[in-house]
This record gives sequence, C-alpha cells and structure tokens, in this order.
Amino acid sequence: MASVDESLTPTAEEQLEFDPTIKKKKKKSKAVSFSPDDLDDAAPQDETPDPEVDELTDMFAGLKKKKKKSTSSAPLEAAEDASAGDAGPEDNVEDFDFGGQKKKKKKKVADVSAFEQQLEEAGVNEEEDAGEDDTFEKLEGEEEGEGEEEEAGWLNSDREYSYEELLHRFFKILRTNNPELAGERGQRYKIPPPSVMREGNKKTIFANLKDISDRMHRPYEHVMQFLFAELGTSGSVDGNSRLVIKGRFQQKQLENVLRRYIMEYVTCKTCKSINTHLAKENRLYFLVCESCGSRRSVSGIKTGFQAHIGKRKKMLG
Amino acid sequence: MSTSIENLKTFDPFADTGDDDISQPTNYIHIRIQQRNGRKTLTTVQGLPVEYDQKRILRALKKDFACNGTIVKDDELGEVIQLQGDQRVKVMEFLSTQLNILKKNIKIHGF
Repeated sequence: MASVDESLTPTAEEQLEFDPTIKKKKKKSKAVSFSPDDLDDAAPQDETPDPEVDELTDMFAGLKKKKKKSTSSAPLEAAEDASAGDAGPEDNVEDFDFGGQKKKKKKKVADVSAFEQQLEEAGVNEEEDAGEDDTFEKLEGEEEGEGEEEEAGWLNSDREYSYEELLHRFFKILRTNNPELAGERGQRYKIPPPSVMREGNKKTIFANLKDISDRMHRPYEHVMQFLFAELGTSGSVDGNSRLVIKGRFQQKQLENVLRRYIMEYVTCKTCKSINTHLAKENRLYFLVCESCGSRRSVSGIKTGFQAHIGKRKKMLG
Repeated sequence: MSTSIENLKTFDPFADTGDDDISQPTNYIHIRIQQRNGRKTLTTVQGLPVEYDQKRILRALKKDFACNGTIVKDDELGEVIQLQGDQRVKVMEFLSTQLNILKKNIKIHGF
C-alpha cells in the first residue's frame, strides 16, 4: 500500500469488485460519465474538478473497456481480478502471484457477492458515486479487495502492515471470538409505556412513573423534574405515587419526552447501555456507566424561560 | 479521480476529528412550548444571539407563520420571543435556513 501504483488501486478496485449482477448497470453508467464530452457533467458529481482528472479518467476508461470484455466473457475472472486487489495497470495483476490465490478466490467469490449484497442493502455502494475522496470508501475498497487475501496475502509478507489491514484483522478476530464486544448490542432494554389518563379536563395522570423510573434506576423526583421542565408545566404526586401533571398530554407526547430523558440522562454514550447511575459531585451531575465504567457530565435540568399565562395581574405584581 | 492518490497523504491518526470542537455550552437556542387554555399553545424562543435584531426577527416570524408574537424581557435570560401557537419546528427551520444557525445549537423542548 505504499507505492504510487497501488495507491491508485482503491478506485479501480471498487469498479472491479461488484458482483456480476451489479456490474452491468454500474459499468454503463460509469462508462457514460467518463466519456470526455460528459466529463464536465460528471466531474461535479465526483467532486474532483482537478486538471489531473483528464489523464486519470482516460486511464480508467481504458481499464473499463478491458474489464468489460472480461466480464462479458467470464464474470468470474473479473471477480478474481477484483479480489486480487492490485489492479492499477492490468498487466500487473497478471504478474501478481496469481497462481497461489486463484483457488482461494474461487471459493470466496460466492461469499464476496453475498457480502456485496449486504453492503448494497446497507446503502454503502451509493457512497462510491457520492464522494470519491471519502475515507470510508477507501476502507471499503480495501476491505473487499483484501478481505479474502488477508491471511494468505499480507500476513506472510515482509512488508509493513497497513493500519486498515490490521484493523480489519482485529475486528474479524474480535467478532469470531467474542461478538458482544464488537459493538453489536443484542438485547434492548424494555421500558413499559407510560400509562396516561386524564383527570378532569385540565390534568393528566401519569400512573406508572414510579415503575418506569425504577427500571431506569433513577429517582422519580429527577424524572419528574425533567418532565415538568420539558413540558413547561407543574404538577404533583398523589397518594398512590401517581404523577399528576397540569395540562393535557397524550401518551405519545409523554413517550417522546421520556425517550429524550433516557437519551440524555440514562444511556451511556459510549456503550449504549442503560446500566448507569447518576452521581452528584459538587453541584455537577455525572453519568457513570456500570458496564463500561465511562463517566460523562450531564447538564442539570433547567426550566428556562416560562411565559406568564393567565391572569395579567400576576405579571404586574 | 485525483483523490485516488489518497495513500500518499500522510494521515495523522491523532489529528482532531473536528466533531468535538469546543463550542460554548451556553449558546444553545431553546425553543419551548407551553400549554395555554384549551388547545392553545405558546412558543418561546430563548437565547437568540445578541447580534441579531430581535424586533426584525419577530416581524419576519410573525409574517411567515401568520401569528402574533411579542418580545419579553427577562432579567436573567435576556430577550425572549413569544409566538402564538405551536411554531417550534417552523422556528427551527427559519433559524437554520435564514440565519444560518447550526441545528445542533437549537434545542426543541416539549412533547
């Protein structure tokens, strides 16, 4: 990944790596966009209005033609080329110790195409059109290109390993050995929906506040304070530890506010767990996560400006 | 395509990513809603930057949203714009498009 030739490869790879089905469409659109007449139109899309564009696109146009032939004749071969990674000038690809990898490739092609499909579902492939200098894209190019030759290709070679290679290797191993650490959280925490009733005409009863705040491991006073600040009202707790809020609110509305509370004061921003507690240290609140141990400061609940509603005399006095 | 020579650039993994730039935590703009009698509501916009003329903003808002409004002077919070009705989303759109205020600096409160 150090020489100039190779540095050109990511974009070349991208175009090569599509599995046959996607390939055809892409080819067409790209081929059109690279014809010199349309270049002006294409350039803004690719976000590369440099003068070098011309040379490079010419190169790519040449490449593309070759590739097209190869795809029409044998899509598998093209895929192999793609995974071979070093696609800069095509002759290089053939020199690149192809024999050793060929077997591997054939086995992996199916996997690659499946992976491609997943990627496409995730909307990743769209990025390739959007921004050429996107770093994500580069990552993807390498991921796809080198994913399969990973073990065989660079582990045995003497050259310096690039950061991306090592990173991918790390995540691969991490995912196989302990997937729960790889950022995929399995269980979502369930919080019962607020049960909301109307009391009379102007008050709302929030019956299971206590239950909800227990689930969140927060004192219900804190939740209450937040609710009142957000809704710009006041209220009280009645005998059955139900919350009585002044004003009319629907369950959905309170749900939104609670969701915001959870985002702000309950979930750990680092590991998304809600296994946290609030600690108060000299007038500042800190959210301490019990599963990953991270701490962050949270702003206190502020009511902010409250407009005077109702009798105008109050305002004067 | 020129950017495909990405690898030639030296990449500093410790450079600032830019997403944690320090902005004053106090300059949030709060948009709140309050219930009045019946199904009437009141929107308050607190913390607009002082370099803007509140009166002119108010006039534009009133015209755009076809509602009445007023400026209330608060002792601690400065001038606050009050508008009739639930104008929270519209105010946010106005602030971000007309005044180029970042949306992350605007906080919408209420249900």
